[in-house]
Amino acid sequence: MKTLNNFSKGIIKENPVLVLVLGTCPTLATSTSVLNALGMGAAATCVLVFSNILISALRNVIPDKVRIPCYIVLIAGLVTAVQMLVKAYAPELNESLGIYLPLIVVNCIILGRAEMYASKNNVFDSAVDGFGMGIGFTLALFLMAAIRETFGHGTFCGMEIPVLKNNNISIMTMAPGGFFVFGLLIAAVNKFSKHKPKKNSFGCEGCPQFAVCAKSELSSCNDAAEEDE
Amino acid sequence: MTKLIIIMLSAVFINNYVLSRFLGICPFLGVSKKLGSAAGMSIAVIFVMLMATAATYPIEKYLLEPNGLKYLQTIVFILVIAALVQLVEIVMKKYTPALHHSLGVYLPLITTNCAVLGVTILNIDEGYTFIEAMVNSLGSGLGFFLAMVMFSGVRSTIEGSDIPESFKGLPITLVAAAITSLSFLGFGGVIENLFA
Repeated sequence: MKTLNNFSKGIIKENPVLVLVLGTCPTLATSTSVLNALGMGAAATCVLVFSNILISALRNVIPDKVRIPCYIVLIAGLVTAVQMLVKAYAPELNESLGIYLPLIVVNCIILGRAEMYASKNNVFDSAVDGFGMGIGFTLALFLMAAIRETFGHGTFCGMEIPVLKNNNISIMTMAPGGFFVFGLLIAAVNKFSKHKPKKNSFGCEGCPQFAVCAKSELSSCNDAAEEDE
Repeated sequence: MTKLIIIMLSAVFINNYVLSRFLGICPFLGVSKKLGSAAGMSIAVIFVMLMATAATYPIEKYLLEPNGLKYLQTIVFILVIAALVQLVEIVMKKYTPALHHSLGVYLPLITTNCAVLGVTILNIDEGYTFIEAMVNSLGSGLGFFLAMVMFSGVRSTIEGSDIPESFKGLPITLVAAAITSLSFLGFGGVIENLFA
């Protein structure tokens, strides 16, 4: 039961994209088509599960002071492995994901989970947590891509949709459409989750260094940064 | 020379890192609330982007490529950038405390900013020469600056308006970002035609 909760929190309650608002860059950039989104989701999930397992297994070995560089090296190694696999077995996906594939290294979801979860929990729990978060990330990407591809191209996974095909709104697959659909989805989540949107909903959580930032213990890293000036 | 100008202008306007390539969205949404911090962050980003390109480009061309180690690109680049940012911070703290005081707070935030890693990898992918790569990095940094400063203006207008409950906070900011990004679509094709 506990394991199930651990798994499902990543999908709904703590969805990394729609609730925690992490990993916005790949979400916006690769959600132009459903296949791209699923490919990105799968690649990131893969890295997330293995990085959580490795970091959790090494949590007593890695010295606390240099843990962030250690995590980054581990994650970069895994990303390189995934990159090579994608290049070998799915060259088309590699082509369409382009720069965003190596940029999984700086995806804040992965570093965030490493810091917040894997460094404190055992290997099995960390693997489950990583898998749940990965599925949550993939689902959010899929949702965005489904909306953008359906209305933008009039297709779904490359299959044509009769009426929409000839009446496509091509702006949906361009940059503004990405921001717009993402905004609407988060608004929908706010509406249905029934709790008021947090006042500082993207102060720290929206920042890639949320997990590593020394100021994340304060109420808002932005405000703290401004006070420092 | 014309090529450099084209690279520069397209990096600033057409392929704007934030608004059309979706790199560095996190600081774009997180630090754009106030003009001062938006400008400070962007200047730090320009600085780090130039330094990172100057450091990673020779490593790629003279170390990784001749030895057939291209697959190590991701690992090497992120480590170089992380080390570089640390180094810059230490040097700044020691020799220019005033500058460190105003930019220093943003430096650690930049290490894992995807725009910085993105620009270094894109410079290699596009097959730029060293000069072109530096110009592209400067342009990308300036584009980031432009987007941040513009958007902090947009956001200060949003603050005072009446917004539906569920749109408060991030959603309305994203919708505003969509409109800002729409304005940048207008630059498409302009620069090619300018020099055609």
